[in-house]
Amino acid sequence: MSRRSARDPVEFVEERLGGARGLRFLMSYVFPDHWSFLLGEVALYAFVVLIATGTFLALFFSPDLGTAVYHGSDPALQGQSISSAYASTLKLSYHVSGGLLMRQTHHWAALLFLAAITLHLLRIVFTGAFRKPRDINYFIGVTLLALAILEGFAGYSLPDDLLSGMGLAIAWAVAMSLPLIGGPFATALWGGRFPGTSVFESRLYIAHVFVLPAILATLIAVHLAIIMRQRHSQFPGPGRREDNVVGTPMWPAYALRSLGLFAAVAAVLVLMGGLIQINPVWLWGPYHPYLGTNGAQPDWYLGWLIGALRLMPNLEISVFGHTLVPNPFFGGVLFPTVVFALLYALPWLDRRFISRDPARHDLLQSPRENPRRTALAAAVFSAVAIVFAAGSADRMFFQFGFGYEGAIWFFRGAFLAIPVAVFVITRRICLELAVEREHPLRGWSGRIVARDASGGFAPVDAGSTISEASDHGGST
Amino acid sequence: MRRRLAALAAALCGGLAIVQLALADERGHAAAAAPPAVSSASLVASGRALFESSCSACHGIGAGGIHGRGPSLRGVGALAADFYLQTGRMPLSASRAEPLRTRPAFPQRQIRALVAYVASFGGPAVPDVQPGRGSLADGERLFALDCAGCHTIQGQGGIVTGAIAPSLNQASPRQVGEAVRVGPYVMPRFGEAEISAAQLDSLARYVQYLQHPENRGGWGIGRIGPIPEGMVAWLLGAAALLLVARVIGERREDDPEERETHHG
Repeated sequence: MSRRSARDPVEFVEERLGGARGLRFLMSYVFPDHWSFLLGEVALYAFVVLIATGTFLALFFSPDLGTAVYHGSDPALQGQSISSAYASTLKLSYHVSGGLLMRQTHHWAALLFLAAITLHLLRIVFTGAFRKPRDINYFIGVTLLALAILEGFAGYSLPDDLLSGMGLAIAWAVAMSLPLIGGPFATALWGGRFPGTSVFESRLYIAHVFVLPAILATLIAVHLAIIMRQRHSQFPGPGRREDNVVGTPMWPAYALRSLGLFAAVAAVLVLMGGLIQINPVWLWGPYHPYLGTNGAQPDWYLGWLIGALRLMPNLEISVFGHTLVPNPFFGGVLFPTVVFALLYALPWLDRRFISRDPARHDLLQSPRENPRRTALAAAVFSAVAIVFAAGSADRMFFQFGFGYEGAIWFFRGAFLAIPVAVFVITRRICLELAVEREHPLRGWSGRIVARDASGGFAPVDAGSTISEASDHGGST
Repeated sequence: MRRRLAALAAALCGGLAIVQLALADERGHAAAAAPPAVSSASLVASGRALFESSCSACHGIGAGGIHGRGPSLRGVGALAADFYLQTGRMPLSASRAEPLRTRPAFPQRQIRALVAYVASFGGPAVPDVQPGRGSLADGERLFALDCAGCHTIQGQGGIVTGAIAPSLNQASPRQVGEAVRVGPYVMPRFGEAEISAAQLDSLARYVQYLQHPENRGGWGIGRIGPIPEGMVAWLLGAAALLLVARVIGERREDDPEERETHHG
């Protein structure tokens, strides 16, 4: 190694592999400066933790529904005939060193992966980051959300405990409810009638540990590559224009910050995995099709589908005495299809009807700058949030004493009324904020005026921010 | 809300009953002079007095029931009387209210008397439940099959149409046995043919286990599954990560590293 290349790592790589230009591009890539740009990164690092912990779990989990008599450590399951899948999950939790920590960290990471994606999506929608030219990357992001939900559900379904079995029973009913093709589709997927044959667990397993993660990882890579190709969008501010990005370069500053974020995400997830119990499968017991527990729930990211199944009035469409559209179709298939269709259509809807602006935009909008979009998006999200809340109506009844049937009717009404109220109120707030030019979280950021020689006042800079304001304040 | 009202009303009723009973005792009934082991007949007699003052408004003088207010208790035996009184489900605040677990309205001595009085009309006795004789694994299997559908597999309770399936966190083995044989409110009644005495022992043992289960993995957040898990994920996990992002996500205003780059 020459002394020169030792001094310059880029040179070192260039001499051996070439590609210095790419490396220099990467190192000087500028990240704009706003905390909300880290939400997607949190999701990315949760995904890394998921891969790491999931690899560990896959070493010990056995995706096999063959049963054997249990003689492990759990006192309540002694002598019961349980599947290898469930038994290996129990063994993982009781006997493998660090096994329970890994399993719990994996599960918390899954919940937070979806939470981070959701927050990231909200940021993208409310700031108009999905507009041209980033609409393509936005479609990839929405696809990632859908696949992450599927991936989470596949994982939830693997251990063959009572909860996962009941979740699959609902999935089966929803698959069966597809008009015309439901029956053949569901039996093909499950390898027979519910609960299916052993091939189903294999399919679920391969989908969860290979197919879906591979697609997710590929799409994440494409997602990031497109971001770098198009460069980040940024919030408007002094010196920030459509044709530039102001912020921190990758090397050395941003890389270290991002590494810090990775460490923080991993720390939070492992802490949660070690300190807070999640999915104690040994207490749920094994699944058999004739068993069920009151209060079974999916993980939070599927709560909106359970809510939709519960809220949907008892409606089925029959033709000549045959049920064409069974009831679970509306809540389990139609509702998520509509929500995702709205998400996918958002760039087009925005271009065509909401902002009516087909231009390319590299500067983001503050939510208040586009009251109509902000209010509409808030209304749609509030409708989904109400359906989500309805998914746990039974617990609310039990915990707080609402009547269950009453609660369902309350949520049906709220589903229709609340989004309208949210639209009106959000729009009003946006308009007020736009007039006052005040950031709700960061206080005053008004105009700076200067007195000129003739005694009159004139604004110094229309786009003043706090930093500039305080600078001016200090010097004038 | 309804539960709290019911509990309050039950407590009030119970309080009144106790006062009445104390007055009755003062009037120089056999109680004061009774030997330590109260004879069965005198127990039934004091139970009758108590029943007439505290229960007969709904169940009728002589426990024959009053149409539209309360059922006849002739023949329900010590089984039902002991269950409803020991778990505070009786007296009810209103005749149509759902009987819910609360603190017993009567002291033990009076419950014994009331139970003896109701039992004097005949009917099933309190089952002899011995969790020590039962098998935990059998209990788990039976519980999953017959009980989890309403009480949840972890015994935390839940709702069923029109009623509350209570949490079993406070249920004693004897009360578990009684509930199985009585079938209070909308709960089905399980006879010996459905659940044998040995199986009842196993069930009670499992319910006992659920009150202090093998609970590894850290803070148990309620043992009711994904709802508290989702809440912790958002309110603790996501909140912590948002805080981290907020703290490290923006450079200081005088950051010398700031750069500008151009598109294309």
